[in-house]
Amino acid sequence: MQQAELQAQRIRAAMWFLLPMIAALAFVAAYPLLRSIYFSFTDTTLTSLYTGQWVGFDNYLNWRTLPSGRTIYRGTLVDPAWWNAVWNTVRFAFVSVSIEAILGLMVALVLNANFHGRGLVRAAILIPWAIPTIVSAKMWAWMLNDQFGIVNDMLFNIGLISEKIAWTANVDTAMWAVLMVDIWKTTPFMALLCLAGLQMIPRDVYEASKIDGVHPIKVFFKITLPLVKPALMVAIIFRMLDALRIFDLVYVLTPNSAATKTMSVISRENLIEFDKFAYGSAQSTLLFLMIALFVTLYIWLGKVDLSGDKQ
Amino acid sequence: MKALKSAAFYLLVAFIVFIAVFPFYYAIITSFKTGTALFQIDYWPTTFSLDNYRDVFNQGGFFRNILNSVLIASVTVCLSLLLAVTASYALARVRFRGRGLLLMTILAVSMFPQIAVLSGLFEMVRFIGIYNTPWALILSYTIFTLPFTVWVLTTFMRDLPIEIEEAAIIDGATPWQIITKVFMPLMWPALVTTGLLAFIGAWNEFLFALTFTSSTETRTVPVAIGMLSGASQYETPWGIIMAASVLVTVPIVILVLVFQRKIVAGLTAGGVKG
Repeated sequence: MQQAELQAQRIRAAMWFLLPMIAALAFVAAYPLLRSIYFSFTDTTLTSLYTGQWVGFDNYLNWRTLPSGRTIYRGTLVDPAWWNAVWNTVRFAFVSVSIEAILGLMVALVLNANFHGRGLVRAAILIPWAIPTIVSAKMWAWMLNDQFGIVNDMLFNIGLISEKIAWTANVDTAMWAVLMVDIWKTTPFMALLCLAGLQMIPRDVYEASKIDGVHPIKVFFKITLPLVKPALMVAIIFRMLDALRIFDLVYVLTPNSAATKTMSVISRENLIEFDKFAYGSAQSTLLFLMIALFVTLYIWLGKVDLSGDKQ
Repeated sequence: MKALKSAAFYLLVAFIVFIAVFPFYYAIITSFKTGTALFQIDYWPTTFSLDNYRDVFNQGGFFRNILNSVLIASVTVCLSLLLAVTASYALARVRFRGRGLLLMTILAVSMFPQIAVLSGLFEMVRFIGIYNTPWALILSYTIFTLPFTVWVLTTFMRDLPIEIEEAAIIDGATPWQIITKVFMPLMWPALVTTGLLAFIGAWNEFLFALTFTSSTETRTVPVAIGMLSGASQYETPWGIIMAASVLVTVPIVILVLVFQRKIVAGLTAGGVKG
């Protein structure tokens, strides 16, 4: 009886402990999110924040039939610039996360081996992670400069290119420039998460397969990969969510380039710069829905346990 | 064969280190170059001049920008840790209905796109009257620092042995006393790590800082560096940009290297354990 009383007291205390945090999150996250979604159904502008009228789905899609009988469709869902941004974002997310997963796993395998100077290498790969995104964007913008950039110089000296490339300005290479910087910056994060997963694999599993004379490549695909998969999956979903909302790198490295403009960039552009506040809100709401759908699918399909409760 | 193999391995290691470190190294040697030397491609340091560093501060406002960043990141982290300590105790140590759901929601908030709250926050910031002040950024940064600190501290507290808490309960300690007298002394390392990671997150943030500030004096460092540009792309002051970049990156890199082990542990705590 006394134990039940103690438990009840603990739960009451827990509620009081949680309350400030929940209130803070409701204030800074839940309320603004709901307001943003609300704005997407109004005709609010930056100058008339409080007098916007409800317009239903007009920012998403609306049509009007002209007297001539022609129907005109308007709204985000028929805006080619928006679909271009969606395609850029999805393409960026899939390519960057796939390459980062492969490279990250490779780096993690290297770091998991026993060799002299391992601590030094781990310290070195932390550097890209520690550098602020804006700073790395600027650093790489300089290295990728068409006339004076060292990347062109290196590629030219090796003989890979015959003329200098305007990496960030050229529509064909702008996305590659963004990918390059993102991969450089976030592979360390992937590698560290994979490394933590690798270190949880008991050593005797490897010893047993060594005694049995199993080929190292088979060991990797039959033992290492399945055992590191949970850690890798979590790393991939974290990175994926991060990649889908990318803003700063694109904004600074390739300003105003249609070849790289992502959903976050185009939403902010409409919201603040073009004074299409409600229209931008509709776009940010669509991005939110897309990410929410992605997470739901991922958890449902992959049966990933993110709650952290021990099985 | 074996020698060849290990040579290849060390070559790979050297390549990884080269790729990781080179851009930063190149930014440093560029920051020491001025005038025409800037536009000669050198792989090794050739000239040494501190002119760019002097110019960064002469541009006006950069010192102020650094102060802004330090102030905003510190206040955000302290507030988040304050709220997170008690919350993570409740989430890690007390069994109650809906705990899993609450944890999932917290993780979801830290992961959702910041642009999704931008217009709502913009209205709120304008309404409260804190547009273009540090408070706008402190308020908005809480969106990602608070869930993150709660999440990491929760995973940390869950790993502490149950016995210490049981002993305290038997001695008649209230939950509040358990947190302050039993857990806090054990949690200092975790608080420092989590605080540092949240600090780096707030220090690097760009979207909110760009949107909620409008004058040079209120900008944070990332926005200031992002805005350091000439009229056209041919006038970009690369030497000054690199000097500013090095200035704001060196302290962070030193911190990260000093706290290396703890940071790796903190980063992986959220993801892998559990």
